Amino acid sequence: MSNELTPIDDSVVPAHAPRATDVNPVSEKRAEQQVAILFGLSGVGSLLLIYSYIFVKDTVFIFIPIMGNQNAQQLGIGIGMAMSLFFIGIAAIHWAKTLMPDKEIVNHRHEFRSSDEDRAELVQTVKEGVAGVQLGRRKLIKRSLGAAVGLFALPPVLLLRDLGPLPGKKLEMTNWKAGTRLLTDPGNRPILASDLEVGSVVQVLPAVEDLEHRPLSDIAKDPVLLIRLRPEEFQLEPDRLAMTHEGIIAFSKICSHMGCAVALYEQTTKHLLCPCHQSTFDVTRAAKVIFGPAARPLPQLDITVDAEGYLVARAPFNEAVGPSFWERNSQ
Amino acid sequence: MLLIFALLAIGTTFSVASATVKETQSVLDRSASIEEGKQIFLKGCSSCHGLNAEGASIAPSLIGVGAASVDFQVGTGRMPMADMSTQAMRKAPVYNEEETAALAAYVASLAPGPAIPGESELNYERDGNAAEGGELFRNNCAMCHNFAGQGGALSQGKYAPTLMGVEPKHIYEAMVTGPQSMPVFSDKTITAEEKLSIIKWIKSAEAEPNLGGATMGRIGPVTEGLLAWVLGLGLLIGIAVWLTTRAR
Repeated sequence: MSNELTPIDDSVVPAHAPRATDVNPVSEKRAEQQVAILFGLSGVGSLLLIYSYIFVKDTVFIFIPIMGNQNAQQLGIGIGMAMSLFFIGIAAIHWAKTLMPDKEIVNHRHEFRSSDEDRAELVQTVKEGVAGVQLGRRKLIKRSLGAAVGLFALPPVLLLRDLGPLPGKKLEMTNWKAGTRLLTDPGNRPILASDLEVGSVVQVLPAVEDLEHRPLSDIAKDPVLLIRLRPEEFQLEPDRLAMTHEGIIAFSKICSHMGCAVALYEQTTKHLLCPCHQSTFDVTRAAKVIFGPAARPLPQLDITVDAEGYLVARAPFNEAVGPSFWERNSQ
Repeated sequence: MLLIFALLAIGTTFSVASATVKETQSVLDRSASIEEGKQIFLKGCSSCHGLNAEGASIAPSLIGVGAASVDFQVGTGRMPMADMSTQAMRKAPVYNEEETAALAAYVASLAPGPAIPGESELNYERDGNAAEGGELFRNNCAMCHNFAGQGGALSQGKYAPTLMGVEPKHIYEAMVTGPQSMPVFSDKTITAEEKLSIIKWIKSAEAEPNLGGATMGRIGPVTEGLLAWVLGLGLLIGIAVWLTTRAR
């Protein structure tokens, strides 16, 4: 078969040209010295690192143009480590390029196919092995082996169960219920509707049993942003307007795109921005998406005041907060 | 005995009289400074904000914004605006302290609004708690002003300015009044003490030494990524090219 292969035409490869270091002893000497200097610089870097670590106080700051005031010890350690690694590499490359042999050599590959004798021998060995196992004769072993291997395959399948259970309704439920008070976050203080000035914003969490130990899974779903506008600034459908209280409107703070905290509120434009992907929601139009990748408005929380005048939720969120998931499509 | 009584009587009368004079004087001072503020307002502000500070299509009404708002806007040089751009920028103040105080007194006289916090109300070193301030900052301020208070971009050319080097008084006033795009954080939702904690945290962030080398503006992955991709990758490509060239 090897007869059918033709060698690659290498007539286009230029003939070997000797380097200056191959023919000129002066350049050879110079290259040798250059490599030594580069290795030496690496050593200087290591010594700089050791010196900075041991002798430079971590309270000393020095001024470096562009970078500003820098901690001298950290700077010494950083530059030292960079030098010691960088110059070893540079020296090795320079050494290889200038002094190590650069003559092109031809390295022949052998054929991939094994010789006919080797192939016959392998077949013979396999046949002898199969015969030696005597599976055809020892039925008991054959069956118990089959049972063992079959059972062995079951545990990994069983362990797949740990991928579950499915979250069920958990992703759709928050701690907001009818009558849940809105508390400042942090601070956990209830909020009097009359205390909110026009233009103000409050980060809120629901009042729960244990205020000190809110599970992270709750903090990921519950946050709400409370904003007070002038009531005449709203351009809401009547059902959405009914969910506000005297110009106070509440939205889930979890972005409907990827779940970041949407809390950049521009008082002048009444726009809410998500810092992650710049989705922009118009507060006056029930958090309608006016820019960015978010596919749907932020869920609005239905709020009112209780007998004492504190802000409370009138109903839970009527949709799942946060980004889309398996059972919830983007619309 | 009579002498002592007489002396006492004279002394008391005198001190009462002088107190009355002082009070009258301070009322007079205040109305004088309101009058002075009104003159400055008419010259420097009324062309946009209206002759009675009632506002116009290009500038908001200043009735009820309070002295704190004037002190912030004028004291940081944001007002008067250099040009009608997207956002008033911080610059060297146009009016001196006295003129700013007069303007503030005039605007405050129009309708009640947030007052300028006094020295004693701004003792953040004593009354603030930096750890609590950090928590409040991350929840309420960090999304616009960046996690290290370096400022950040908003929409359509607007931005949240850096908080580094800002006077504690101006930080406090900004929270109370909500200048420009910033919402209001009144004392009812973030108490005065919590505001001092936030200021204390900002000041400690400002004083924080750069132990880990260059901060690159403390704006996180933006500059760090730019440097790694441009300088780091550039260096690697350069070395790779050098590696494959023949030595002469």
